[in-house]
Amino acid sequence: MAAADAHQWSILNRLKSHLFRHRGRIAAGFLAVLLTNLFLLAAPRVTGYAVDSLKEPGARETLPYYALAIIGLALCEGVFRFSMRRLIIGVSRQIEYELRADLFQHLETLPMSFYQRNKTGDLMSRVTNDLSNVRMLFGPGIMYTANTIVVTVFAVVLMLKINWQLTLLALLPLPVVSLSVRHFGKRIHDLTEESQSRLADLSARVQESMAGIRVVKAFVQERYEIDEFDRLNRSLVAKNRELIRAQSVFYPTMELMIGFAVVIVIWVGGRQVVQGTISLGDFVAFTVYLARLTWPMIALGWVVNLLERGRASMERLNHIFDTIPDVKDEPQVVADFEVEGSIEFRNLNFAYNGAPTLRNISLAIPKGKTVAIVGATGSGKSTLVQLIPRLYNAPPNSLFIDGVPIERIPIGVLRRAIGFIPQDTFLFGETIRENIAFGVELANDAEIQRAAEISHIDADVQAFPNKYQTLVGERGITLSGGQKQRTAISRAVIRDPKILILDDALSSVDTYTEEQILHELKQVMRNRTSILISHRVSTVKEADEIVVLDKGEIVECGTHAELLARDGYYAELHRRQLLEEELAVSE
Amino acid sequence: MQEEEVLGKAYDSRLMRRLITYLRPYKRYVALALVLILFESSLEVTFPWLTKIAIDRYIRTANMAGLAAIAVVYIILLLVRFVCASAETYVLQNTGQKIMYDMRTQVFRHLHTLAPSFYDHNPVGRLITRVITDVDVLNELFSAGIVSIFGDIFTLLGIMIAILVLNWQLGLVTLSVVPLIAITTAVFRWKARDSYRRVRIAIAKINAFLQEHITGMAVVQLYNRERKSARKFDEINTGHLVANLDGILAYAWFYPAIELLSSVATALIIWYGGGKVIQGALTLGALVAFMQYSNRFFQPIADMSEKYNILQSAMASSERLFTLIDTPATIVNPPDAIKPARSARGEIEFRNVWFAYKDEDWVLRDVSFHAQPGESIAIVGHTGAGKTTTTSLLTRFYDIQKGEILLDGVNIAKLDLDYLRSSFAVVLQDVFLFSGTIESNIRLGSPIPRERVTGAAENVNLALFLRSLPLGLEHPVNERGTTLSVGQRQLLAFARALAHDPHILILDEATSSVDTETELQIRKAIDRLMEGRTSIIIAHRLSTIQRCDKIIVMHKGRVREIGTHQQLLARRGIYYKLYQLQYKDQEVAVPGD
Repeated sequence: MAAADAHQWSILNRLKSHLFRHRGRIAAGFLAVLLTNLFLLAAPRVTGYAVDSLKEPGARETLPYYALAIIGLALCEGVFRFSMRRLIIGVSRQIEYELRADLFQHLETLPMSFYQRNKTGDLMSRVTNDLSNVRMLFGPGIMYTANTIVVTVFAVVLMLKINWQLTLLALLPLPVVSLSVRHFGKRIHDLTEESQSRLADLSARVQESMAGIRVVKAFVQERYEIDEFDRLNRSLVAKNRELIRAQSVFYPTMELMIGFAVVIVIWVGGRQVVQGTISLGDFVAFTVYLARLTWPMIALGWVVNLLERGRASMERLNHIFDTIPDVKDEPQVVADFEVEGSIEFRNLNFAYNGAPTLRNISLAIPKGKTVAIVGATGSGKSTLVQLIPRLYNAPPNSLFIDGVPIERIPIGVLRRAIGFIPQDTFLFGETIRENIAFGVELANDAEIQRAAEISHIDADVQAFPNKYQTLVGERGITLSGGQKQRTAISRAVIRDPKILILDDALSSVDTYTEEQILHELKQVMRNRTSILISHRVSTVKEADEIVVLDKGEIVECGTHAELLARDGYYAELHRRQLLEEELAVSE
Repeated sequence: MQEEEVLGKAYDSRLMRRLITYLRPYKRYVALALVLILFESSLEVTFPWLTKIAIDRYIRTANMAGLAAIAVVYIILLLVRFVCASAETYVLQNTGQKIMYDMRTQVFRHLHTLAPSFYDHNPVGRLITRVITDVDVLNELFSAGIVSIFGDIFTLLGIMIAILVLNWQLGLVTLSVVPLIAITTAVFRWKARDSYRRVRIAIAKINAFLQEHITGMAVVQLYNRERKSARKFDEINTGHLVANLDGILAYAWFYPAIELLSSVATALIIWYGGGKVIQGALTLGALVAFMQYSNRFFQPIADMSEKYNILQSAMASSERLFTLIDTPATIVNPPDAIKPARSARGEIEFRNVWFAYKDEDWVLRDVSFHAQPGESIAIVGHTGAGKTTTTSLLTRFYDIQKGEILLDGVNIAKLDLDYLRSSFAVVLQDVFLFSGTIESNIRLGSPIPRERVTGAAENVNLALFLRSLPLGLEHPVNERGTTLSVGQRQLLAFARALAHDPHILILDEATSSVDTETELQIRKAIDRLMEGRTSIIIAHRLSTIQRCDKIIVMHKGRVREIGTHQQLLARRGIYYKLYQLQYKDQEVAVPGD
């Protein structure tokens, strides 16, 4: 049991260094807890003496001193209570900040395979909810634990000094308070989570129904949508009712138990006053001590839940922290490598999630050449090019850049030399300027405009009221698919890369503009290496070499003319597209 | 987001009167809760009084039997309070839930009566906030605000009366701290609310940043942005830290301040009250009761100040909600709607149609054309020529300003709206998928038997793909459709249209390129869809255009040319030029042959 416990809490090891860093403030915080409660609990004793003094002669003169003493104690207590909260909760916020920064920087090192395994929503929940739970553990969690222990010890000692039988009897209902907070607190927390998730379902339903309103109306589905909404609405209300049932007995139960303790003091304590065992002042002091104990008892149950929740959250966070990036610089990297731009795949085999994706790929791309890759969906085109910037690791000694195995090139150096335009265009919710300059340290307006001209987005941008300062995305304007792709191309071009990779990055651009962009790129990429993936013959036909992939293997390889002469897959593709070439009506 | 942050006044009688109407169906529950709350408050005031009686009547006179009796009474009242408090919470919260249910249903139903033009101006996120968040804010008003504020007022009044009855001079002296407690609490609320708002904004920023960077992590890494992004994140993270530290400050001084004020009350009671005890003007029991009462001021004051926040948010939320509910539905079923017994034959006519989305910015100018049942029409033209608008008008997504649109010779504005829309199947360029399964996306909410769903999938060449999936038709689909390729989504949309077996097809052909295999399947599926139906197609592919009976060339909102492919080529007009462009493209590709 003890061993199991030890393991459970070793999950929190990561926090040690953070706690150690702030040890001074934490120690001061604990001292403040101690002093706060010392003054807090001295006050009822003074009140008790004051009540007793009323019977004595000369009480008139002493009463003001008692009154001033009570105010003085409250002042001292206040100063330390103020420091206690600032120190301990402040440190917890500081550590939250440090953990969040660590987590983000760690996330930045994790490879694509990690992001494919973990849904964005789950990761978001780690970084927000779990981090907040961990923060609660060592902020309020630690503060109230310390406070509860100190108050309980002080108050019980002082109460015992008055009368031990009364103390034991009066304290009887209090553990029930802690236990009921723990029990109801947990149940209410669980039910709240369930209710939240039903609310999220309802919200998702509204989102879909609104986003798809045209489909809903076109297919006359309003009634069905309303019925579906009603079903979820009812299910949410049903869950909330469960929650309400738990809540409606929670606080009243606590009040009841605390009330019982008060009755015991009145009854038993009253008898003792009558019998002369304790004074009336003791009796009064006793009731106040009891009142001082109620909040810590409530906090105890709450804190246990906080600690449990925080520990579970830390465990989930550790899953991320303990993930070691598999794409990283090996010890034997060539430190001062400079990329020239020749690429060679040598008998490369690659399996993705256990399924062989690329088989026996051998392909040499000399520096300065343009290679196009075609093939059906799922033939492995994207995977092949994703190996070059090491989004995935190629097997050792199967992929070479300028004759050096890729695993020996520092990742930073390698990626800096590549302009990669992925299939799914991703732009950030920043200005167009920032998006284009995303991958360069500094860029002046002329450079940005030049990059935008090459990718034919400049004219579009000039038409926006804020030009290059236009925000992209939810808070700004919504770009069309083609505009996004063209912006993404500028982002790559401005880096002046040695190797340019377009992974089907012109699919939403009309054929006419595409041709112009390719023409411009050709100028810019003279003496640079380019790799193009496309479905369109018009895109690839001018490449120095065209590679046809089928089920992970290279089946054809050559220039446009050569491949047409071979009359294989490519020639067939060409024939079909001649028939189906799109009518360039859009621009 | 800023819009949601704006808070106005805390009370607006016009809004409040309207909000109260939502309570009306549940007025009996509300009345019950009110009675329970008043009962609870009076018990709250009774307990210190019992302590006074115990001390003065029984402890000081050594009456053990009396002491036992008062203890028993105390216990009974505790139990009564327990029952009252539980019942009150349950009744009130439950009523709140019922009202929330009603409101959400009302708003959601209303949203579905609004025309698409409303959705053009209101982003989805904002509408979700109305249905979910704003309604939730009002829940607090109903379950914790309107009714329970009476409890707080009553408790506070009860305590005041009790201490004034016990001894009015000491009572007034003790009450002197109440305004101070109220001011302190108000200042704290104000500070805390301010920092809370800043924290919320900071959290929203953190979440937005993380969401974006986790989604775009590949780009961050490919473009060596790790360090720069970490620096940027640090700024946001620091902002959050600072906002929180300010919030801690507000809490850190508030509790000690309240503690101090309540100590001042105790000190006053001991000083002034103690003097009165010595004079014999006050009993010891009353002195103790005074101390207990003075500790009970704080809770109701804190509760009431919180209610100010609740009221303020509720006013802002209800204002927004009512504005939405009051938005009139512009496109509704006409009075005496014509609902033909038979389904539509599919004859369509545009007769001198003029249309503008706004004022007199005409998007369509004097558009006229005619389609016989079963005929297929291709609409071609540049972006902004009015192609999509033309198709949206057919299903009355928008109403026209001048002219007439006829379905089987009847003006569509006079037709039953459901009848009209059921006559069409619309396939849009961006296929919208609902989360669910492939089957649920084909069927939507319509009562279509399984065989017809399967048949439709078969007919549009989706079957081959379905067979490759372990779950087939049950294959899960998420809203963004990320599990399906662009081509598959197209085919699915075709299956949806086919399963609904409409008499008229509206198709906005997708422009994005797919691989040749899929392209071929899509072409075949379109053929199948057009069979025996009147079809209006916004076409981008030559192959599609050539297969249509009639081609309408639109330019800047006008119909410029109508005819068959051959006729239009012979005219050497706009269509000829468009075709030339295509022809030229093909020539470029030929030399390798």
